[in-house]
Order: sequence, then C-alpha cells, then structure tokens
Amino acid sequence: MIGANQRFPPPGDVALVTMSTNLGRMTGYLGSYAVLGLLLLAGALVFVGAFGANRLLRPANPAEPAGKRVAYESGIDPVGGNWAQMQIRYYVYAFLYVLFAVESVFLFPWAVVFADPGYGAAVVAEMGIFVAVLALGIVYAWRKGVLTWS
Amino acid sequence: MEDLNLPPIDYAALSPILILFGVACLGVLVEAFAPRRARHPVQLVLAIGGSVAALVMVVLERNTRVVTIGDAVAIDGPSLFLQGAILLLGIVSLLLIGERSLEAGGPFVAQAALTVGSEKDNRQAQGAPGNTEIYPLAVFALSGMLLFVAANDLLTMFIALEVLSLPLYLLCALARRKRLLSQEAALKYFLLGSYASAFFLFGVALLYGYAGGVNLQQINEAVAASQNSDILLYAGLALLAIGLLFKVAAAPFHVWTPDVYQGAPTPVTAFMAACTKVAGFGALLRVLYVAFEGVQWDYQPVIGTIAVLTMIVGSVLAVTQQDIKRLLAYSSIANAGYLLVGVVAQNREGVSSTLFYLVAYGFTVLAAFGVVSLVRDADGEATHLSRWAGLGRRSPLLAAIFTFLMLAFAGIPLTSGFISKFVVFGAAIDGGQSWLVVAGVVTSMIIAFPYLRVIVMMWLSEPAETTPTVSVPGWMTSAAVFIGVLATLALGVVPSPLLDLTNDASLFVR
Repeated sequence: MIGANQRFPPPGDVALVTMSTNLGRMTGYLGSYAVLGLLLLAGALVFVGAFGANRLLRPANPAEPAGKRVAYESGIDPVGGNWAQMQIRYYVYAFLYVLFAVESVFLFPWAVVFADPGYGAAVVAEMGIFVAVLALGIVYAWRKGVLTWS
Repeated sequence: MEDLNLPPIDYAALSPILILFGVACLGVLVEAFAPRRARHPVQLVLAIGGSVAALVMVVLERNTRVVTIGDAVAIDGPSLFLQGAILLLGIVSLLLIGERSLEAGGPFVAQAALTVGSEKDNRQAQGAPGNTEIYPLAVFALSGMLLFVAANDLLTMFIALEVLSLPLYLLCALARRKRLLSQEAALKYFLLGSYASAFFLFGVALLYGYAGGVNLQQINEAVAASQNSDILLYAGLALLAIGLLFKVAAAPFHVWTPDVYQGAPTPVTAFMAACTKVAGFGALLRVLYVAFEGVQWDYQPVIGTIAVLTMIVGSVLAVTQQDIKRLLAYSSIANAGYLLVGVVAQNREGVSSTLFYLVAYGFTVLAAFGVVSLVRDADGEATHLSRWAGLGRRSPLLAAIFTFLMLAFAGIPLTSGFISKFVVFGAAIDGGQSWLVVAGVVTSMIIAFPYLRVIVMMWLSEPAETTPTVSVPGWMTSAAVFIGVLATLALGVVPSPLLDLTNDASLFVR
C-alpha cells in the first residue's frame, strides 16, 4: 500500500509510480495475484517439459493398419461417418432444460429459508412472479408445438 | 432470526419499466393463445398502448428525484427525460414496424430459420403472413432501454444491457427480403455484441476490486479516497467504456454498424438508430458523470480522441458509400462522434445539449429510414444509391421530404440538426474543449458532401428505366415520417421549449 494521499499529485504520474512500486514489491491488490501467475507459469513449464521430453525420447514409426482412423464406437463397426448431423430440434430441449435449471438454481436456496420467521408473504409472492415469468416461456413453447415430436 | 429488511421500492417511479415488461409478457401470451388472424392488430395495439401508458407514467412522475430499490435504480432528471425520449421514439418506430401495406405480410418473416432459397422459404417470401413476435421483442428491448438509462449500479446496468440487446439480435434476422444479408447481420451483431458485453463485465469486475462495490456512488467515493491501485480504476473504466461505446457505435468499435444497419429490416434499423443510441448515451452519461467525475481530467482526452476518430471515420467513409442504408449508418457513426463531444464537455450544458441532440437526431433518423422503406421495386427496397437517380422527377413530394431530412443531417439552419450541433459545440467550448469543436466543424463539412450528393442525384439526374417506384405508404408509415419531419422542423424553428426541458432535466441524483 502507498500513502493515503496518493491521489492528490497529478494523477498520471501517480498511476505510474503506483504501478512500478506495486510490481516491484509484489504487494498490494495486484501483488496477491503474483502467486497465481507463478503457478500458471510453473504449470505451463511442466506441460511443455513433459511433452517435449516425450517427443525427444519416443520412437517415431507410425503404422497405418486398416481402420486406424475410423471413429471409435466401443468395438462395434461404426455406421456412417463421424460428422453425423444432429437432429436440430434437440436444441429446443436444451433451451427448455436451461429454463428449468435456472429456475431450480434459485428455488433451492429460497426453499431453505422462505419459511423462517421474518420472511413473509412478500418472499413467496416474489418467487411466484419469478416462476410465473419462466412458466410463460414453457407455455409459449407448448403452444408453439415444440413439445410434440412429429 | 431478525426480521428481513426488504429495501423500499418506489413502484410509481419504476412503473414505466414494469408496465413495458408486463406488456411484453402479455404479448408472449397473445402469441401463444390468440388466433393467428387476430394477432397482428392485438399485438400492435398492445405494444403501442403499453408504450403510451409508460409515457404517461413518465410524465406524471416528472418531478420525482429518487434512488430506489436498494440503490439499484436512480429515477432523476436525465433518466426521466431519456425514458420519455426512448418511449416517444419507440412509439414512432413501432408505427414503422407495424406497417403491413407496403408488401404482402409485412417486412418480417414468420419462420426465419427456414433454409434461405428453399422452396418453403420462397413461398414464405411471397406474402405469407408475417411475424408478430416482433412486438413483444421490441417491447422487451424498450423496457431494457428504460432500465439501462436509469441503472444506478453496474450489475443492474449489465442486466439491462442484455435485456435490450438480445431482442435486437433476433429482430435483425427477420427480414423478408435479402434473407442472407439479414441473417449475416444478426450473427455479426450477436457475436460482436457478446464480446462487448464481456468487456463490460470485465470492467465491472475490476471496478469491484477497486471500489469494493458496483454502485455508482460507491465508485465515486472510492475514486476520491480509495487506497487501491489506480490500475484497477483505469483498466476497469476503459473496459466499461468499450462495452458502452460499442453500443453507441463509436470508432474504433463501430465496424458492426454498417453491416447491421444494411442487413436488418429497415424498421428495425430505424429502431436501433434512434432508441439504442439514446439508451447507450444515457448510460454513458450516467457512468461518466456520476461514478467517474473525480477522474474526469484523466479520461477526457481519451474520450475526446475517440470522439474525433469517430467523427472522422464516420464522415470520411460516408463519402464512399453506394448504399443509402450504409450511408445512413456511417452518418449515425459520425453523429455518435458529435454526441461524444457533448459528453466530454463535462458540464451541465454538456448533459443538456447531449439530451437535446439525442431527441433531435432520433426523430430525423426515424423519418429518413421511413422514407427509405418506401422506395421499392419488385425485389423489395431499392437501397443502391444509383437507383435513386431522378427520384425527384418521379415523386417530388417524397424527394422533397428526403431532401429536407438530408439538409437536417448536414446541419442547415432552421432544422433541428443545426440547433443540436450548435448547442453541443457551445457546451464543448464552455468546457474548454475547443479542439473537439474544430474537428466537429471540419467533419460536418466533409459529411455534408454525401448528403448533398444524394440530393443532387434525386433532383438533377434523369430518371433511368430502372428507377424504382415509390410505394403509397400506409397510414402508419405516413404518420411516422410526418412526425419525424415535423419534429425536425419544429426543433429547428422553436427549439427553446425542449432546450429548457433538457436544461431542467440535466442534474443527476446521487
């Protein structure tokens, strides 16, 4: 930390001074990230070192037996290519899943506390409004025929 | 356990936002349950009625100055004025969006996901009933804009930014004609907009680290007294500003603008050019004036440089454009530059002149895009400039209206464009930023050239065989163009009522 009056001289100079002293002493707000930075650096070094050593030590003699580049299907002969198209309508189910997931993320902590003293009808009403807005999405999807598989 | 203290909520002050949100939800229900034939009129009446109701509430609450709902929303002079402006411009854009007589089924398709060029798609383009989800989407966007200009903490502002952006991304993709262009525009806008939102969030995170809170007052106090590293403050402010400057289309964050303005359906382009610009500048003003007043001498040169760059990029590139919608897009970039001049003036006149400019520009640009939607041939709108040659001979009234609007953009006296540039530059001179005024005047002269070229083309060229016809507009487009032209003229001839209003409305609450 620098002195409390750091803001009063011309701000541009102070910013530079603050930056250099912070980096120099590894303290202050950004300094606490230095450990994280070192860890990331160490991780990168280990990764590069391991793969580099592997590359230097291993024999380089790849074979090309039949079927080597075919998609792996747990031992069964694969049917079709591995760029199979997904049925587009799955995305709607992904959307609806997100709808329910978001709802439950907020419902769980609410369910733990809503009956405690002090949390009255207002809290129940608020959650009711929240669920109603999300339910609107499901009603819309249902009326648009998204839920029937044709 | 002690009693839960819910923050007091001033429902009356929040009512415009709540009304629009409720109306949008109702619109979704109408979409789900109303018979197909009734949807369009019901949705149109609902959307316009809701906006009018919200506008009435804004007018009734005009003297409210309050920070409510746990310091999350500030209803004060600028936010009430901006909310009123967004609603007025929104109602006029809803008129443009609701027009169904120009082509069978309206300018939006019901099923935007159909493969472009497929047989189903061709049948759809030939006049299948249009999309009516646009009304709930537009109203959701409007309610997000109302919250955006009133948000008093950065997280609320971010939520509002998303609420206003997501519907706009969808609206861009719904054009009936030139589908690929429209979908490309929507995708570009979505991707770049997401990046901008991410920048905004990173800025919020850094500022939270600096100030220990996301509330604008908290940041303001921290700027005066915090012991934390200034790097956090400056980096946070820069990232936040990138997010906001993207929305208002300032250079160098403007690259999406021409493509999106060209590809989106013209009524949606008008909506974006008028309302989104008001909302973006409203939020930018609040952030800079309320939270970062203490470091204004540090950011002023940076924003000033961006303003100059924006004016130069907008005006110089406008000269080279061959498409009327792209020309108007670059003109909107240049206007963002002039608005930034008002923003960096950093005085009360700066706020009031920016507010005036936003309203004046909004009405003019709505009318201009309204006219663009009328010049059509068999393939829809004829937006290439060469097609406009000789339009004055074929339809003098429309060409005269467009000439007037172009002169307003160029800033000729007796139009709102002149007054708004005048007040903005005046505020900048009072604020000691005369270098910005010099840049502003020079670029105004540059950008007058493309405007005048359009005028010359319409009046002095011979009409070619392929000059498109001008469709007879329905009452809604006529009303929108009429309101826009009238406002442009009125604000140019008697600007003082609005100037007084902006002056009264230019103080932020803390």
